[in-house]
This record gives sequence, C-alpha cells and structure tokens, in this order.
Amino acid sequence: MKNLTPAKYFTLIGIVTLIFIGFLYVSPKIFSDYTTTVLGNVYIFIILAISYNLINGVTGQFSLEPNGFVAIGAYVTALLMLSPDIKADMYMIADPLPIIRDIYLPNPFLALIISGIVSALVALTLAFPVFRVRGDYLAIVTLGFGFIIRIFLINNPSISNGSMGLDSIPGFASYFWIGVVCLITVILVYNIVYSKHGRAMKAVRDDEDAALAMGINTFKTKTIAFMTSAFFEGVGGGLLASSIGSISPDQFTFMLTFQLLIIIVLGGLGSMSGAIIGTLLLIGGMEVLRPLDDANWQLGPVHGIPGLRMVVFSLILLLIMLFARRGILGDKEIWDYIKIRRNK
Amino acid sequence: MSISFILQQIINGFSLGSMYALIAIGYTLVYGVLRLINFAHGDIMMVGAFMAFIFFKILGLNFYVAVTLSIIVTAIVGILTYVTAYKPLLDKGAPKISLLITAIGISFFLESLFNVIANQYLGGTYQAFYFPKWFSKIIHIDSITIPVLTLIVPIMTILLLLLVLWILYKTKIGIAIRAIAFDINTVKLMGADANKIIAFVFALGSALAAIGGISYAMAYPSIDPYMGMLVGLKAFAAAVVGGIGSVTGAVIGGFILGFAEVAIPGFFPELGGWKDAFAFIFLIFVLLFKPTGIMGIDFERQRF
Repeated sequence: MKNLTPAKYFTLIGIVTLIFIGFLYVSPKIFSDYTTTVLGNVYIFIILAISYNLINGVTGQFSLEPNGFVAIGAYVTALLMLSPDIKADMYMIADPLPIIRDIYLPNPFLALIISGIVSALVALTLAFPVFRVRGDYLAIVTLGFGFIIRIFLINNPSISNGSMGLDSIPGFASYFWIGVVCLITVILVYNIVYSKHGRAMKAVRDDEDAALAMGINTFKTKTIAFMTSAFFEGVGGGLLASSIGSISPDQFTFMLTFQLLIIIVLGGLGSMSGAIIGTLLLIGGMEVLRPLDDANWQLGPVHGIPGLRMVVFSLILLLIMLFARRGILGDKEIWDYIKIRRNK
Repeated sequence: MSISFILQQIINGFSLGSMYALIAIGYTLVYGVLRLINFAHGDIMMVGAFMAFIFFKILGLNFYVAVTLSIIVTAIVGILTYVTAYKPLLDKGAPKISLLITAIGISFFLESLFNVIANQYLGGTYQAFYFPKWFSKIIHIDSITIPVLTLIVPIMTILLLLLVLWILYKTKIGIAIRAIAFDINTVKLMGADANKIIAFVFALGSALAAIGGISYAMAYPSIDPYMGMLVGLKAFAAAVVGGIGSVTGAVIGGFILGFAEVAIPGFFPELGGWKDAFAFIFLIFVLLFKPTGIMGIDFERQRF
C-alpha cells in the first residue's frame, strides 16, 4: 500500500469510500435497530481508538488522558448546539456564564470542528508540562490531567452544569453521518501515519535519543501527535454527545481510557487496522458478554452476576499481555500480512 | 481563624497523610527494585480493607486477629500479583509499557473482582466498616477534638517507617533489596535469588498498604471496591513529590499531600470541590521544578 502510485492510491481510497458509503446506506435496511446502534458505537470508538493509537502506539508516549479530551469535545459540541433558552432552563446549580449561555452555533459540522480545535488547543497547553517527563511519569501526569479535567467539569457548574451534566443535545449524529466522519478520520490519520511526520513519530517511539540525534525535533513531533490525537478525540466526543443525547462528567472516567487501551493493545500497538479490529472485537465482545451481567442468565454451573463482565474483560487484557503481548497485528497493518502471503 | 482550628486541621492532615504515606512506601519500594509504577497498589490497599471487613464482620473474629490475618492475606495477594503477572513479563524482557498496562489490568481485575464479591456475598458495593469503639473515643483538649484513631495512625506510621528503614539498612534481606535496586543483574550473578527478594518487597509493600487501607477504612468508616483507585494514585503522587526511591521521602510526601488535602479546603472552603485534584496539581508542579522530588534523590542512580 505504501508503494502505490498516486493514481492507484486515490482509486483505492475511492473504491473503499464507495463500498463503505454503500454499506452505511444499506445497513439500516438489513440490520435491526439494535445492530445499527451497536455499529454506530463501533464507528465512534474507531475514531477514538485510532486517534489514541496515534499518540500511544505510533509515537510511543504512554498517555492516559483521552477521557479528558473526549469530555472536552462532548461538552463543547453540547454547548454549541444547545440554544440559549434551553441552557438557561437547564442549569440548575448555578446560572450559566453569559458567554456560555449566549454561545450558539447550531451547525453540526462547525460544532464538531470547533470541538476538535478546542481539544487540540488544550493538548497544546498540556504538551509543555507533560512532555518534560518520559515513560512512567508521563503516564501518571497525563492520568492526573484526565482527572483534573473531570474535576473542573464537576466544580464549575456555571460552565458545565456540574455533576448534573447536559441533556437534550440535538441528535445530528445519525448512523450514516457517524460512519462518514469515521471514514474521514481513518483516511486522514492514515495519511498522517504514513507521512514524513508519521515516520518521525515512529522514530521517537523506537528511540527518542537517536531520533533527536538525527535532527528530529522530538518535542514538536510529540506535540503534533498529541494535538492531532486530541483533535479527533474531541470530534469523537462531540459525536458521542450527540448520539447519546445527554452527557455528565461520570461518563468520562478512567474507564473510558481503559477501554480504549484494551482496544489498541488487543489490536496491536501502533497498528491502525489493529485498532479497528480491536474496536470490533471489544464492542462486539461487550455485547456478546452482556449476559454475564444479567443475574437470570445461566450456562451450566456459571451464572450471571452484575459486574462479572468487567472481571472477564480485565482477565482478557491480562492474558493478552502475558501470552500475546504484541496484540493481534503487532505494529504492522493488515495488508502487510496479505502482501507477505502473495510473495510466497 | 482560631489557633485551635488551625491545630485541628494540622492534626487531621497528618492523620490522612499517614495513610497516604503507608501506601506510598509500597510504591517507592516496588519502583525502587523494578522501576515499575505498580498501578495495582491502591487496589491492594482495598483488598486489605475488605479482608479485615470479611474476617471481622462476616467471620466474627477478634478485631486484632482479623487485622493480622488481613495483613497476611494482603501480603500474599501482593506476592501473587508479582508471581502471576509481573514476573513472566520481566522474564521475557517485556518493554516497560507492557508492564504498565499489566499493572492497570491487575488494578481493574481486583476492582471488578471485589465488586462482584461485594455484590454477591456482602450485600452491596458500599459497606459500613465496623471497628472497636475504643478507636473512636474522642480526646478533648480545650476546643480541639482528637479521635484516638487520628493520634494512633501517625505514630504507627512513624514506627513502621523506622521498621522499614531498619529492615532496609540492618538486615541481610534489606541489603539485598538495596543491591537489587542498584543493579539487579549483578545481584543475580552473585548468586542471590532475586525473585525471592522481589517477592519479599511486594509482601512488605502490600502489608503496609493493608495497614494503610484499614486505617483509611476506619477513618471514613466505609469501604467499596473502587476506594483504592484514587487513594492509590494520590499515594503515588505522594511518593513522587517526596522523591521516588526514598522511603523517608514517601512518608514526607504523604504527610504534605494529606495536610494539603485537609488544610486547603479548611482554610479556603471555595476550593473544597478541588480536593481530589490537589495531589495531581502538586505532582505536576514538583515534576516541573524539581523532578527528583523533595528528598532530591536522583532515581536513576541512588535508591532508598
């Protein structure tokens, strides 16, 4: 896929786009509402997972704050889409700040872009303290930031309506449009990963000191990756807010980051197609394992207990780490494997 | 603002700080020997509190027997996490990121496991924590009220710190631990069984975490499966603020954070909602200006 001529490359992307749009158009007619809802969820998580993968897998910076960026995106979209009258009614704990109340831009496209930009700007400000440290420390500092963003949302009721959250968010994110945004994200991130910047990111992951010695501005590279990742996480957050219709700080706990982490580790850190396969497996698996949480479900001696699903999930993650540390695809893409077979 | 109010805040802060300190020692010890942030350490503390609850409330044992047993069980759980999860990875020479993800995995496994246990056998996620009345006796000095527990915990913490320092500096295994922290490969070449020594470190850290967890559960008399997550992260922040790799630093960091968490909302009530974020804000400032922490140990070279 890397060695294609531009003409062939654009034809390929065109074909993929057409097939996927066709699938988006047809699937609500074949599948049940439940299946399309799950699929819509899958698309949103693909957006979140491949953007998280960009900083964590491709650039190798073990950051743990995507829940914060998703929250920012969700709140910005919600605040832009809700009209001043609705907001004035909705804020129970404290009156909204005038600027928050009056801001109104009921254009889904602009709302998502602005959500992404706000997220990216927050990432830019975080980059200065965050990238002063490496490795373990980076993990704990970013985790702290994800936490601080949530605390900020809870403690500023005049901005975010506090722990009550926001609801009646316009549901512009239909199944079809979520799919389209997902496709655009995948194509854009793919082009970043396999560009000059993407190679610099991989160099930083493999050996930061060597990359620095080779003349790569590692801070700039990491910041670009961080901001791009935050941008798409913000967009994904906006879609999430619109598709659920209501948001509260409790939706954006570390649990969300943990799910994304399982996805990218399962698929293979650094692999985009791995992130997509990981999402399908995790969201699909969550649905398949759902009976485990249901007290009425029984299979032989095993019967459902609320919360059992998470036990099974964390065990799966531990087993992956112990026995298949590189995930399903490693750091390669799925077509790399196909090509190897063709050569034989 | 009266003197007694200030004193009251200081006493409460030290009491909370001791609990962070006890957990932070475990972080520092494990970080010292393996250079691994044991994300599951906070949940080990939760296991300690739950074990004490099960032995005391459900099985009806004597309180002190229940506490001793829970410390032992928690130490065993600590060793088990090392043997089943970290050791195989270390043997394979796995990259650090795998170890971190595994640690997060163990953390979620313990949380969800105890969530299921609590829902299924204990009758709910949140449980009131019972303990002998003697601990909640209140001493009045002028207008300051001091529950006995608030006095015992800091004293106990200092004694345990001295014990850990004695183990590290005066016993054979302590010398081995410091040697491993310095250079694990040479220690292996010298014929010492590194695995046993690391397992001992996990047991020691987990036992201290159990004591911290039980004190925490007594101070806020309730337990739940997710109690360890936030406390554990704050304790880690304490260990870094104090200078990770230094046991004394961990205790000092714990006291500072505990004090800040009690005193800042006490003196500035409008900041009350930010209580849980102080640890991370401190952590970020310390990493920005003095990455080696207060005790100033260069964690790439010197340990403990």
